[in-house]
Amino acid sequence: MSTIIKATNVSKVYHRTTVPVHALNNLTLSIEEGEFTAIVGPSGCGKTTLLNILGGLDHPTSGKVEVAGTDITEMKDSDLIDFRLKNIGFVFQAYNLIPVLTALENVEFIMLLQKENKKVRHQRAMELLTQMDIADKAKNKPSQLSGGQQQRVAVARALASKPRFILADEPTANLDSSSTSNLLDLMARMNKDQKATFIFSTHDQRVMDKARRIVTLEDGTIVSDTTR
Amino acid sequence: MYSVLAWRNIWRNKRRSLITILSITFAVLLACAMRSMQLGSYDRMIENSVRFYMGYIQIHKDGYWNDKVIDNSFHYDSVKLNQVTEIKGVQTYVPRLESFALASYKNQTKGSLIMGVDPRRENDLTRVKEKLVEGSYLTSDDEGVLVSKGLAEYLNATVGDTLVLLGQGYHGANAAGLFPIKGIVRFAMPEQNNQMIYMSLAKAQWFYAADQLITSAALLIDDADEAPRIVREIKKSFSSEDFEVMDWKELVPDLIQSIELDSISGKIMLMILYVVIGFGMFGTYLMMTAERQYEFGVMLAVGMKRLRLQTIILLEITMMTAVGVLVGITISLPLLTYFHFNPIYFSQDAAKAIENFGVEAVYAFSLDPTIFTNQAYAIFIMAIILAGYPVWSIYKMNPVESMRA
Ligand SMILES: Nc1ncnc2c1ncn2[C@@H]1O[C@H](COP(=O)(O)OP(=O)(O)O)[C@@H](O)[C@H]1O
Ligand SMILES: [Mg+2]
Repeated sequence: MSTIIKATNVSKVYHRTTVPVHALNNLTLSIEEGEFTAIVGPSGCGKTTLLNILGGLDHPTSGKVEVAGTDITEMKDSDLIDFRLKNIGFVFQAYNLIPVLTALENVEFIMLLQKENKKVRHQRAMELLTQMDIADKAKNKPSQLSGGQQQRVAVARALASKPRFILADEPTANLDSSSTSNLLDLMARMNKDQKATFIFSTHDQRVMDKARRIVTLEDGTIVSDTTR
Repeated sequence: MYSVLAWRNIWRNKRRSLITILSITFAVLLACAMRSMQLGSYDRMIENSVRFYMGYIQIHKDGYWNDKVIDNSFHYDSVKLNQVTEIKGVQTYVPRLESFALASYKNQTKGSLIMGVDPRRENDLTRVKEKLVEGSYLTSDDEGVLVSKGLAEYLNATVGDTLVLLGQGYHGANAAGLFPIKGIVRFAMPEQNNQMIYMSLAKAQWFYAADQLITSAALLIDDADEAPRIVREIKKSFSSEDFEVMDWKELVPDLIQSIELDSISGKIMLMILYVVIGFGMFGTYLMMTAERQYEFGVMLAVGMKRLRLQTIILLEITMMTAVGVLVGITISLPLLTYFHFNPIYFSQDAAKAIENFGVEAVYAFSLDPTIFTNQAYAIFIMAIILAGYPVWSIYKMNPVESMRA
């Protein structure tokens, strides 16, 4: 197995307020291919900040992030957009989907951005929706789907671009407990069957229990890192 | 799929998009109607004074236009004038002997404009026959005259009555005669309706002791826009002689100028209308951008290029604008076509009041294609300029920040 993310001495300071906020403090972390890792910790501990930096959505104040051997910390914004499209899948807490597109179109959309042809797009999107147990809702708009169903489509979309890894920031925060465990089980299955690497954040104990590796953050520092 | 996306986005907020589209439709409709009426009235004014009166080109003896006296007349040489009609675009020529005279009937007297004409040729140009409201048209050596309706009413004279005309003839000769009224003609332009008297050319030459003379030859041409070229050609072939050849823009400079002035005020009105509509459009773009911050953030985050997102927004704006403009034109085209062929005439009283201002009492509508294309351009250019806001806001958007909101 090879390392796909290597974050070294990453710090992030927000200067928005009069008192600077140290969201991440000199954090070092690597992620191997095929991991199913939870970043956990109380609200405000820096989970979102960390995932954004690992995903090239935000720049660290200091330190370095390498994704598959490429240093993304110095990359230009426009190159980063392209880099994200090619390498990283994203699932956000909510409202991931384009409201006017159907579930199927939402999944196809990311492949359209990758200039995949129509037939491949359709086939792969249907395949992923089937694997995420949501193929029967392929023609539904997001507003016609429950929160859990929307997140399943979002995971399918994240996988559709064949990314090196998927970052999911509190994907279950808005879900009830059965949808939560359902989503996590499906993600775990994709991790196992498709060798998809998942890094997700949560502050929910039941979600942590599904992870194989748990990285615990506190005030922007890793306080424990356990693998089962 | 991008255009599908754009199209569906428009209908996300049906009410707002409909209001935006309808306001564009309304603006186009109003602008087209306003402009059509303006240009229609200009066309009508030009027609009345040029097409049906002056002719698009006139040939005079040099100096006649500045000093319109019968002594500045020239020999009616039909051979030479026939040569003129051989120039491409010239249909025919219309000889006239024009001068002033006092017209009296019983105890009423009024200054009038005498037009000695070749009845057949004159009708080809000015269609006087159609303006006949009473009596009958002139024959080529008619003894009688046609009197314009306003003048006849002033003099209290009608068909069958005999007018006394007094004037000054060629080289100071006395001009006096009795002329039975053969018909009454009604002109749209008050200026003509209140002073015109038509008589046969032969009779006018006799009256003014101006044997074989005419003051002008008006030309009937195929296309008003060709006038300058034809003038050049006539000037070239007449270069050795002392004629002046004028096109219609030179013949009615006051009219052209007042049209241009009026047109500017019309354009200012349109601009005000566009500014109002523009604010509405901008409001829509503003909301469209503001409420989709999060969504745009997600799209940029997952790897959509800014340019692509901007293109989609532009597509949405263009589609909305296009629908508005198309509907506007689709409604205004048949409407204005109807009014073009059925101008709105004023009721009698209102008509009198309006004619006192020296204009014809009618709403005429033009179908000049530029009326429609110009509104479409104006709205599109405005939409594109205003679209700068969403485009710029996507350009400087930070996905992390827009998703935090
Ligand atoms: N854009 C920002 N400006 C200022 N402070 C921020 C910003 N984003 C996050 N923070 C602060 O950084 C810390 C970590 O935030 P975050 O990464 O969102 O934590 P978590 O996702 O674990 O709840 C918090 O104290 C938060 O208030
Ligand atoms: Mg968070």
